[in-house]
Amino acid sequence: MSQFAINFLFVGGSFAIYIGIAIWAKAGTTKDFYVAGGGVHPITNGMAIGADWMSAASFISMAGIIASAGYGASTFLMGWTGGYVLLALLLAPYLRKFGKFTVPEFIGDRFYSKSARMVAVVCLIVASLTYVIGQMAGAGVAFSRFLEVDATTGLIIAAVVVFFYSVLGGMKGITYTQVAQYIVLIVAYTIPAVFISLELTDNPIPPLGLFSDHSASGEPLLSKLNEVVTALGFNEYTAMVDNKLNMVLFTLSLMIGTAGLPHVIMRFFTVPKVADARWSAGWALVFIGLLYLTAPAVASMARLNLVTTIYPDMAAQVENYEDAAANPIAYADRPDWIRTWEETGLITFEDKNNDGKIQLYNNAADFSDRGWQGNELEVSNDILVLANPEIANLPGWVVGLIAAGGLAAALSTAAGLLLAISSAISHDLIKGAINPKITEKGELRAARISMSVAIVVATYLGVNPPGFAAQVVALAFGIAAASLFPALMMGIFSKRINDKGAIAGMVSGLIFTLVYIFVYKGWFFIPGTNNLPDTDANWVLGISPLSIGAVGAILNFAVAYMVSSVTEEPPQEIQDLVESVRYPKGAGTAIDH
Amino acid sequence: MADDNSNAAAYWKANLRLITGCLIVWALVSYGCAILLRPLLAGISVGGTDLGFWFAQQGSILIFIGLIFFYAWKMNRLDKKFGLGE
Repeated sequence: MSQFAINFLFVGGSFAIYIGIAIWAKAGTTKDFYVAGGGVHPITNGMAIGADWMSAASFISMAGIIASAGYGASTFLMGWTGGYVLLALLLAPYLRKFGKFTVPEFIGDRFYSKSARMVAVVCLIVASLTYVIGQMAGAGVAFSRFLEVDATTGLIIAAVVVFFYSVLGGMKGITYTQVAQYIVLIVAYTIPAVFISLELTDNPIPPLGLFSDHSASGEPLLSKLNEVVTALGFNEYTAMVDNKLNMVLFTLSLMIGTAGLPHVIMRFFTVPKVADARWSAGWALVFIGLLYLTAPAVASMARLNLVTTIYPDMAAQVENYEDAAANPIAYADRPDWIRTWEETGLITFEDKNNDGKIQLYNNAADFSDRGWQGNELEVSNDILVLANPEIANLPGWVVGLIAAGGLAAALSTAAGLLLAISSAISHDLIKGAINPKITEKGELRAARISMSVAIVVATYLGVNPPGFAAQVVALAFGIAAASLFPALMMGIFSKRINDKGAIAGMVSGLIFTLVYIFVYKGWFFIPGTNNLPDTDANWVLGISPLSIGAVGAILNFAVAYMVSSVTEEPPQEIQDLVESVRYPKGAGTAIDH
Repeated sequence: MADDNSNAAAYWKANLRLITGCLIVWALVSYGCAILLRPLLAGISVGGTDLGFWFAQQGSILIFIGLIFFYAWKMNRLDKKFGLGE
């Protein structure tokens, strides 16, 4: 069977499962559509949160980023998991007790203000829509590489599948497809990692292999990796980071942003009890942790594999790194996986010194004494995970599995985001503001129509990305961190914050964060419109635009507190609402009002 | 009624204490051991590198998982103790 046929079988098979689940889990009521009927088991919900949360970025890109940045990229590992501690302790149980369908609905009721609800709707839509573009683009890449269709066709196929199960099943269909997608993606991620860990360290458990001895050299894997990369002029893989303030703030921004992303928070509305919301946060992090604990192992092992493929003399014990690093393979002898990926443009080679060999090293280092005239091999961070089975010479079915896994990661997150957008439109905007008398049936129809429109917009933006795909993460997390998280947290933990304080806080946090990002990244990400170059010398106190969400959140807290303390107290019934949210007693399933 | 209120207030106070404790651990392992205190822990070596690196790429995630389950378990007991569970 050809590789194409195998890939087709795995991807087609997994899609057939998702569609089967969608037909089985058709939504009949708005309660089904928004909160999957409200009876999801905490472990099931934990698994669905795992798939909802782990996007194309987690599955495809994260290990590649860690491989190139080493210790510095630990920010992503801690940031994207530590947010769940905040969710479990500070938000999820109380929002579940509140028992409504959407995040803006809580903000609107708690701050007794339609304007606050609309500010939250805008934040939600901007954060979710920018985020979904990346998912659609990721699905397009996976399709074009594994199914040999062009990225646009791939994207449209992906959109049709998402359309089918999310429009039909709403949260109910999405929940159960996400469970299936979690299983597909975690199996796909783990199998190649286990094989590579065995090959390099004889330890079948990748997170343990990471701290074991490298079998070919007998040295610890990470010290071997440090020696190999420093011989090529790179920083040590485990080197400390100088700018600690920025690393702390970046990690904090990702944590707060994670806890404030509406598509994740919504999933906690689907469980029957407040205690279940706490448990499902724990289970979610277990399922997420399986991938996040494996990713750093995949990263370091793939980096070592890549370098020793180009410099075979460095693979085993090395007497003299200077000599071993001076002897790369000839371009003509490159392995097949490099050839395959060259076709996608994600690996490029340019023979700068015309010696027919591949020089891979840090461009900032000077190796002119070896006759090198610049790094010749560019490898995109995005291919490490996808190419892993080929690098480790694993059988064809593992490649097919990776294809299905990458698509599962992208599609499950896309569906969750699209649901967050469509419920904000149908429930908060249409029912909450434009037409409060809409019938249950009418609202369900509105939810389906807005979901369809959101898919079309996301697909269009995926085909014609606005040129800021890489910045999208910063924007989505910055907005969630600086606007939504503080408002939600203060709404629960303070009775004193009133409507004016909350709105002033959200707006100032949001504007501050956006302006700081735009100054360095360009206004509305239009290239060339940035006021200052995006380098650490220009950043205020060395804080990068990616890390500014945490500062925006602090500003939001401060402004909300100050404005509230000079204006009137919230009315008694709001203070009673805050009281009732704090105690689990009397929680029904999420209800409409 | 007054009894109800003081009971609820005690429950909330106990919850806040628990949250504070958990968040101190949360910050200590990630911002502390993995970033700011890493130089202090550099002497403790773990598989070819130092303890701080392990905290950054493995340890903090494992402790986060433990923290959430610990909190959920403790809160269930508080819910029962104060009679405020579902």
